[in-house]
Amino acid sequence: MSGKPKLYYFDGRGKMESIRWLLAAAGVEFEEEFLETREQYEKLQQGGSLIFQQVPMVEIDGMKMVQTRAILSFIAAKYNLYGKDLKERALIDMYVGGTDDLMGFILMFPFLSAEDKEKQRAFIVQKATSRYFPVYEKVLKDHGQDFLVGNNFSWADVHLLEAILMVEEKKSDVLSGFPQLQAFKARISSIPTIKKFLEPGSQRKPVPDDKYVETVRRVLRMYYDIKAN
Amino acid sequence: MSGKPRLTYLNGRGRMEPIRWLLAAAGVEFEEVYLETKEQYDKLIKDGFLLFQQVPLVEIDGMKMVQTRAIMSYIAGKYNLYGKDLKERALIDMYVEGISDLMQMILMFPFSPPDAKEKNLDSIKERATNRYFPVFEKVLKQHGQDFLVGNKFSWADVQLMEAILAVEEKVPTVLSGFPQLQVFKTKMSNMPTIKKFLQPGSPRKPPPDAHYVETVLKVFKK
Repeated sequence: MSGKPKLYYFDGRGKMESIRWLLAAAGVEFEEEFLETREQYEKLQQGGSLIFQQVPMVEIDGMKMVQTRAILSFIAAKYNLYGKDLKERALIDMYVGGTDDLMGFILMFPFLSAEDKEKQRAFIVQKATSRYFPVYEKVLKDHGQDFLVGNNFSWADVHLLEAILMVEEKKSDVLSGFPQLQAFKARISSIPTIKKFLEPGSQRKPVPDDKYVETVRRVLRMYYDIKAN
Repeated sequence: MSGKPRLTYLNGRGRMEPIRWLLAAAGVEFEEVYLETKEQYDKLIKDGFLLFQQVPLVEIDGMKMVQTRAIMSYIAGKYNLYGKDLKERALIDMYVEGISDLMQMILMFPFSPPDAKEKNLDSIKERATNRYFPVFEKVLKQHGQDFLVGNKFSWADVQLMEAILAVEEKVPTVLSGFPQLQVFKTKMSNMPTIKKFLQPGSPRKPPPDAHYVETVLKVFKK
């Protein structure tokens, strides 16, 4: 046993990607077990590893943690990416809540019909540029610091960078009205652990494709239609 | 200015109810502002009160907090309902997130179209009975303690109590296979702050009705 955290999920982004980002940003090496068959999934469930029968699941510090938000909070706190006090944590939680809602619109994107994808793409860009990005642009502008909270690198910065890159994949010039965010993106991308994660060969997963969608549907028996927002 | 937390939401449960439960359980008095018109809501946004243009909003300790989970984590942390260390917090977070997934189904229920209501009710019953309640039944049975985490009252207990009552409103016999949860429910009901919250006249809101649904659709109309 290596002592490294071990991630159980599909070989793709989904709900696990934010966890990969945060561990990588913290400089923590981790192992992964990829779900490829229904049998593997059922075996995990029957073995009692998944308390709510769901993935993501992360084995860390002797716990089998489930629930993405719980896992992320634990990692953030453990690796000092959660602010210095209750009020900074509150700010980080609020900011992460926003980027989480934004990335939530992208999470279901691969599962949509071609027609719904176009509608959803427009929806994602509209929400990013009118609701979410302006908030972080203003936060950075108002305090003029490098990081979102407490002049210190935190979970909120990692999550925002992840969200920016994901929205850019849907519209490459989406940051054009947001000079602070452009500078933020460049700064955070050059932090050594993040730079490493952004290089080919890292554990960062690519944009989900049809194979990923097929695997998820098959393993989870999730054959119903997903609707756009 | 009273110094009490001030909650801004509709006059109904929705996403604010777990926050009301947690403040009440912690013995914290709070004020409420009810959104009744679209104009009120638009003004809140225009005045810059809502970080992401959304409610719930809780004004507390000089902050205008939004995002339900952020608000609840802050309250839990402030009032010592979040365990004694990182591992207990991890357990509380896991339990609370699971319960929150169940509560999400109940939250959305009043807004489902009439022909989907029966199916959605069945889903709530199925998930409560097969996925969520068995977990907490087992946790309580295994450690034999009164509370879910660390032998101490926490956010997780409040959230579970709220969920049990909410599901029972839809499925009255739902606890019939869960003796530990029945005992848990009774114990929680007798805790002074919770007992007070369960009495008529408390800030606890009734189950959503047609008027509540109508108000939501009116206030948040695009």
